[in-house]
Amino acid sequence: MKNKFIYLAIIAAGFASCEPEFENPVSQDYSAGEADFSSYVAVGNSLTAGYMDGTVSRVGQTYSFPNLLAQQFALVGGGEFTQPSYADDVNNLGGLPLPGFNTRLIIDAAQGGPEPIAGTTTVTLAAQATAFNNMGVPGAKSFHLLAPGYGNPAGLAVGQANPYFVRHATSSTASVLGDAMSKNPTFFTNWIGANDVLSYATNGGAQADGNTPAADHNVTGNLNPATYGSNDITNANAFASVYSTIITTLTSNGAKGVVATVPSVTSIPYFTTVPYAPLSPTALGGATNINALNAQLYGPLDNIFTAYGEPNRVNLLSATAANPILIFDADATDRSAEITGALTPTLGAQVAAAFGAVFGKARQATAQDLVVLPARSVIGTPNASSPSTLININGVSYPMANRWVLTANEKAKVASATAAYNAAIISIANANDLAVADMNAILNQLVSGLRADNGTLYTANYFSGGTTEFQVLFSLDGVHPNARGYSVIANEILKVINNYYSARLPLLNPNNFPGISILPTN
Amino acid sequence: MRKLLSLTLLALAGSTAFAGGYRVSIQGQKQLAMGHTGVAVVNSAEVAFFNPAGMAYLDKKFNLSVGGSALFANTKFQENTFNTTAYTENVGTPFSVYATYRVTDWLTAGLAVYTPYGSSVEWDQNWQGAYLVNNIDLQAIFVQPSVSIRAGEHFSVGGGLIYATGSVNFNRNLYAANETFQVDNDPTDLTLDATGITAWGYNLGIMFNPSKKVRLGLNYRSEITMEARGGDATFNDVPVIAQSLLTNTTFDADLPLPAEVTTGLSVQLTDKWLVAFDYNYTLWSAYQSLDVKFDNGLPTSVNPRNYKNASTYRIGTQYKASEKFTVRAGYYFDESPVQDGYFAPETPRNDSNAFTGGLTYQLNDKFGIDLSFLYIHFDEIDNSYDYNANGRFAGTYKSVVFSPGIGITYGF
Repeated sequence: MKNKFIYLAIIAAGFASCEPEFENPVSQDYSAGEADFSSYVAVGNSLTAGYMDGTVSRVGQTYSFPNLLAQQFALVGGGEFTQPSYADDVNNLGGLPLPGFNTRLIIDAAQGGPEPIAGTTTVTLAAQATAFNNMGVPGAKSFHLLAPGYGNPAGLAVGQANPYFVRHATSSTASVLGDAMSKNPTFFTNWIGANDVLSYATNGGAQADGNTPAADHNVTGNLNPATYGSNDITNANAFASVYSTIITTLTSNGAKGVVATVPSVTSIPYFTTVPYAPLSPTALGGATNINALNAQLYGPLDNIFTAYGEPNRVNLLSATAANPILIFDADATDRSAEITGALTPTLGAQVAAAFGAVFGKARQATAQDLVVLPARSVIGTPNASSPSTLININGVSYPMANRWVLTANEKAKVASATAAYNAAIISIANANDLAVADMNAILNQLVSGLRADNGTLYTANYFSGGTTEFQVLFSLDGVHPNARGYSVIANEILKVINNYYSARLPLLNPNNFPGISILPTN
Repeated sequence: MRKLLSLTLLALAGSTAFAGGYRVSIQGQKQLAMGHTGVAVVNSAEVAFFNPAGMAYLDKKFNLSVGGSALFANTKFQENTFNTTAYTENVGTPFSVYATYRVTDWLTAGLAVYTPYGSSVEWDQNWQGAYLVNNIDLQAIFVQPSVSIRAGEHFSVGGGLIYATGSVNFNRNLYAANETFQVDNDPTDLTLDATGITAWGYNLGIMFNPSKKVRLGLNYRSEITMEARGGDATFNDVPVIAQSLLTNTTFDADLPLPAEVTTGLSVQLTDKWLVAFDYNYTLWSAYQSLDVKFDNGLPTSVNPRNYKNASTYRIGTQYKASEKFTVRAGYYFDESPVQDGYFAPETPRNDSNAFTGGLTYQLNDKFGIDLSFLYIHFDEIDNSYDYNANGRFAGTYKSVVFSPGIGITYGF
């Protein structure tokens, strides 16, 4: 009988150690399909580099979409994936030791608004002279990828080089694409082209001075990028030619890949956050102020513009509803002479001439105009270049400079260039049998809400407080995704790869990626 | 005997685990071995739980049954959309103590102490489902003084008052992933802890014996709502920014331990061979939502559960092989109360098929040792929890539950 107990004990032990096993363990579920991820190389701009919150930082870079993709590729034979070193960003502040390259943006809970995190960048321009798998260079336009010397430190002062590429170019004559090809890619992603139109858009269609209109080379017909200003719109034919060269080069060794289209500006919070008519009666200081502004400025301007056939160019300010801001429109008919003439009897020739100069190209913004994100800290503040303190309030008594508003006209140029680029990208991809991730279409879904694979509904909204933080995919610069946003982008690319190359790769759960950085104080 | 006593004490100190929902059907070694049937079985003092009416038909004047089990509940989770895997191993120690005493020919008094509800699930801290649960430990001990009155050989009634005492400890992360709500990459989490929760309920039964060979039983155990009042809500890893908001506080929450109706019959096929059938209907729909109200002004945490009433079908048999040995076997099908879309990793239970067995070694007329084992098979299940603001949590679960148990029976 004793034996029975022993048997029972053995049975018991057998059951106790019994682990649940799946019929199809998830680890055996994945495959590379027709793709070969052994050497994956990503080329592109800031969106590829993992740029967010206005910079590349040591931690932010780990969330670059190519790095996220590479983690998934590693499950199905993906090789090592390297990125430019940010080991020097010891405190994860980002930034560059150059004017205008600030530390990363954070929300200072004590202040409310986004601002660069306190501290001095420790990122250096020391040459790493190494080709990396992630060849995303922030600021690069399509033609920059082909430009030899784009990483030459000597070119920085004259604007011929890019500080980010200076950090890792293999030589002073190296090009981004050349360094990328030295990694012998078997698979690539190419998301380039956004800056060919975005630098124009983010600058409100202005050159670096903020006022002079930048050129749209689809209008000028200039096909030579070497002669372009930094905020100009690249000619679509020049773009297509450059893009074709990039793709021919990347596929020269038989590599497969994914190309991504250029997102339209209307899906980016940088252009959709600040309303065109933010001037509430309270913000304008109440009825007394509004009456004074109408009597002394808006009334006379309205009369003059109406007299010359533009009755709605400026209207009287409302004391009950929010009012549009006053803007400088480079494309408006110049009425400075008419304004000067009309106001001379009451204000005297000198003051009237000053009014003419300030308001000659002014108009009120309309719903068709896009006010850029940084304008929100400019609207309602005094303008130092105003001739008089009586007419010096930006957007109220002084027109917002060209750079702060992407006018309807400028927006149309951007939209038409974007469409032309995307047509070129898709047709070149199709001709080379490459998968297309239509980021333009995907980001456009964010406008009404994109249901991500974890079930969460994400929107293109800018951060607007802690309670909506979960839904925010864009970083505080309003242009680039945050880590969570990059995971959504990586997912869209993974789905394209799964579909086009018959691969089976897992997605990333956006839940597991952080959103906005909020600090108690800065 | 000393060893058994220390086992019992260990069980009292330990926790319980597992259920369809958080019901733990291990209320006696003999009856568990018979598929946990028993509403119409008069075998031992265990009947005080299964149907107090049956106490009056016990042969001996005094009956004592003490037992405990080591319940191993292992669950694997995976999902292939995001390539997530997780594994949790949990051990629970449900126990029971039953005693009956025949006061007069028609009146029998009894005391039952048992652990019908409990759940212990501990996932890795900060795992992918951490915003739903990191770990939970739910315990409830029922103490039930009972009486049974019989009217001759054919009919009896019985009932008992249940004094329930319990505790709950629950930890989850506040958010799925959030750069703000963390300290040194350790996400902000919340621990809810309430002990000494008490409540009252009752257990009523009738038994009808149309012949010497057949018994019919009906039992009703009332719903008991464990009302946690003034439990401790502790926030851990709170960033400086939120410290004025996420202050440690107290909370109120109600957890229903649902009512259960059982009916069944047993048939003495031969002198040695008995078969029994039970049908349980558990009124799980009482568990609609777990709402945690905080006393510091934080919004109430609403966690929809939407359980449905669920049935369990049981069959068991025992065969008295000799004077010394009685062997038992059983099977039951346990329907999960969890509905699609409400499958939360805190009680990762789907429909299950359970196989039981066991034996009694009767040392002498008074003293016997009971052994039991339980193996519960769960099919793989694809399901999700869809009602958390952080997002849907979906995947495939596969559980295995095994529980060896030991007990003693003493009577004269």
